[in-house]
Amino acid sequence: MNDKKVNAIEIKNVTKIYGAGSSSVKALKNANLTIYDNEFFTLLGPSGCGKTTLLRLIAGFEDITEGNIKLFSEEIISLPPNKRPVNTVFQHYALFPHLNVYENVAFGLKRLNKDNTEIEKRTNEVLELVQMKDLSNRKPNQLSGGQQQRVALARALSPQPKVLLLDEPLSSLDLKLRQAMRVELKTLQRETGITFVFVTHDQEEALTMSDRIAVIKDGEIQQIGRPEDIYENPSNQFVANFIGEVNLLSGVCLMEGENGSCKLDAGHDISLSIPRNVKKGDAVTVFIRPERIRINKSLSAKSLTSISGFTYLGNAAHIELISNKQIINATLPIDKVKNFKKGDLIEIEFPKDNAQVINK
Amino acid sequence: MNIQGENKTQNRVLGLLPLWSVIGIFMIGPLLVMAAVSLMESNVYGGVHFKFSLNGYRQILFDTNLFGEREFNPAYIIIIGRSFILAISATILSLIIGFPAAYFISRQSNKVKNILIFLVTIPFWTNLLIRTFAWIIILGKGGVIESSFNFLGLLDDEGSLNLMYTNSAILIGLVYSYLPLMVLPIYASMEKMDMRLLEAAADLYSSRIGLIRKIILPLSMPGIIGGSILVFVPCLGAFIAPDLLGGGKKLLLGSLIQFQFSYARNWPFGAAVAMFLLSLVILVLFFNAHINKRHREYEIHG
Amino acid sequence: MGKKSKFRHVWDFPGFSGWTAIFFGFLYIPIFVLVCYSFNSSKFAMIWTGFSFRWYAKLFSNDDIQNAALNSLIVAFTAAPIATIIATFSALVLVRGGDFRAKELSNGLITLPLMVPEIVTAVATLIFFASLGINLGLINVIIAHTVFCIPFAYMPIRAALEAMDPNLELAARDLYSDKTSAFRTITLPLLTPGILSGFMLAFVISIDDFIITLMVAGGGSTTLPVYIYSMVKMGVSPEVNAVSSLMLSFSILIVTFYWLFNRKINY
Repeated sequence: MNDKKVNAIEIKNVTKIYGAGSSSVKALKNANLTIYDNEFFTLLGPSGCGKTTLLRLIAGFEDITEGNIKLFSEEIISLPPNKRPVNTVFQHYALFPHLNVYENVAFGLKRLNKDNTEIEKRTNEVLELVQMKDLSNRKPNQLSGGQQQRVALARALSPQPKVLLLDEPLSSLDLKLRQAMRVELKTLQRETGITFVFVTHDQEEALTMSDRIAVIKDGEIQQIGRPEDIYENPSNQFVANFIGEVNLLSGVCLMEGENGSCKLDAGHDISLSIPRNVKKGDAVTVFIRPERIRINKSLSAKSLTSISGFTYLGNAAHIELISNKQIINATLPIDKVKNFKKGDLIEIEFPKDNAQVINK
Repeated sequence: MNIQGENKTQNRVLGLLPLWSVIGIFMIGPLLVMAAVSLMESNVYGGVHFKFSLNGYRQILFDTNLFGEREFNPAYIIIIGRSFILAISATILSLIIGFPAAYFISRQSNKVKNILIFLVTIPFWTNLLIRTFAWIIILGKGGVIESSFNFLGLLDDEGSLNLMYTNSAILIGLVYSYLPLMVLPIYASMEKMDMRLLEAAADLYSSRIGLIRKIILPLSMPGIIGGSILVFVPCLGAFIAPDLLGGGKKLLLGSLIQFQFSYARNWPFGAAVAMFLLSLVILVLFFNAHINKRHREYEIHG
Repeated sequence: MGKKSKFRHVWDFPGFSGWTAIFFGFLYIPIFVLVCYSFNSSKFAMIWTGFSFRWYAKLFSNDDIQNAALNSLIVAFTAAPIATIIATFSALVLVRGGDFRAKELSNGLITLPLMVPEIVTAVATLIFFASLGINLGLINVIIAHTVFCIPFAYMPIRAALEAMDPNLELAARDLYSDKTSAFRTITLPLLTPGILSGFMLAFVISIDDFIITLMVAGGGSTTLPVYIYSMVKMGVSPEVNAVSSLMLSFSILIVTFYWLFNRKINY
């Protein structure tokens, strides 16, 4: 476990504007972030949020409008892509169609003028690593999607870059393959020790694979942190909504302070820590994950809450509750809710410290 | 993409320099010189005197009679009119002949489609002169048609059908020359037609006529317009068909112009007529662009 | 193997297949007639007397025709490559060069030779060369041909470039190629089929050109189509049929080759 973290990539005040004048687009607005060596770092966000732009800036495919990028403490923004020790796995692989698998993978090494024995050794090594050695002679159009993906990976790894950039490489694969590749990629990163910068819009992918995640929206970084941090403590509603299922319930602050409480529009009182800038009587939005809610069948007929929807998920169930015309979503293990059905009157329990007040 | 350290503007200029210099000097240049020549005085020995004169254009409408007065001369107006009528007729005929064929081809399987379209395209890549010349053999005195009529005893002893050197002969030649250019765009727009649309429409309209009117025609309209322009414009300026099949007696704009530079040696007049033809073509193209824009807007706003 | 029953769709109009047959007949019968008559052993082109190769044989002793054919080939083999190179550069800038102010204008410029009626181009070029006193014989013709060959070479090259994934060049740059070697190892090999196609089209167009050559060519620079024209003007003779049939076959051969070539390309 290394204590000293080396900065692999430093993004400092990076802005990227496409076009000029009235038709210009600000793809990235003053982005700041640091990626450490040997990290699996994910850039997560919806389409068009700027994550791919950032990746392309690191690779050198676009020039920067403002700001600086450092690779292992060296400035790289004035370098063309062929001078940056960074390699990319493209979304649709971009394999050279007129070269076979071996030639594709050996391409970077050849351009670096390595000698032939080293090229052969390294290429075979990497092909072995992605289990594509037997298909070395095939051309890309003779490969399946998954196989092309591995070749793209091998091609980017063979020159032993300092950082590997992956632009939504799993998006064209079917579900089972995608899930298998997630594990493989994670293992690959661990084994090679190369810093991976991974771009995706799939929050499940980000949560399962990453060491740290940066959530991006409209060119602005919303939050950076470990998956569990982002999941448990989203910094704003966008992040809360984007990652996992969420309840965003409106209410009014009843009591301030760390042991404060709110009255939800849904009718319930909930105890939670109130941030310092919120005063009694202020309108708040409370964030709580569906799996944090406990429900029990109501003993009295006067309960405000009833079940308005029940969706069987296999090992769990998704229960939609309606209370005072507000919808609350709960996800519970199947054995906890086996006897519940639509229309049942319910008591909700909001266990303490499972909810928080959240900003817009 | 804007890779760091690349001078995009320099690359663009260098890359387009050959294009601009060749077409600029050898296409735009000549057009400008021709425009200038149309405004100069003719030299009886061929070529021009470097002197401003509107005689080139005047000659289209007027003639100077023995008394030095200007008289209206309908001859060239007739030629212009003939060119127009023949071009429009050829376009309409091509449309009638080509439309069903384009439709039929577009309904075939992919393999057959490709082969058929290839067969339609071949004539376009062969020599127009030769293809038109073949019609002399067919239409001419003692040619295929006359011989067959003769053989069938449908012709009297000294008679001949006199098919050559008529407007009809030119018309046939024009249609023949540019027919593929009508078929290809119509085929292209028909190909894009979804079979399911036809199926759905077939449920709604009980008659085939309805199907044609309501679905097929509107959807292939861009192709029809495109094809019509591709036929009309060359027909307007055609030279080979009127020259070979019209025998130089029935002049069209194209042969009229060529004549000024071969036998008549009246460069300013030839240039003036050429400028006139060019303006007509530009007009047609602008009209086409306008229609395309309206059509696109219609598609967007429904 | 079962027999497929012909399902009569409502959109299969009856009679259209017959119409299409007539259509193709109209298109090809004249060519067929021409070729047949070229084998006519009679001196009078219109009267059929028997099958013979004599007119083809006569071509071989006709120096004028051979000179004209040679000129046609010289012009085509010079104009087409030049046009193809110019078209390639233009395509690289116009397809991959991003957006810039002169882009639309340049696109229009490339199609200009296609839009101006041939007779106008012919006459304008004639006037241009005459007034500038440029009298370089075959070179005049080559220059004129290069101009109108450019759009024909351009179309397949542009299509091929547009079909090429732009990320391929980026991938090469990413993998330590500089601009030149990325072009050399990736773009060029993948573009070559398109370039060859463009060359073939330009070549055929040049070989077939008549009107522009007629006006621009001086005395000693006759090409084959122009020579055929002068023969036709003198009256229909069977030699004309023979040489015409040969020219037709030549063009058709090249175009067929182009078509087959393009169908085989499959990356």
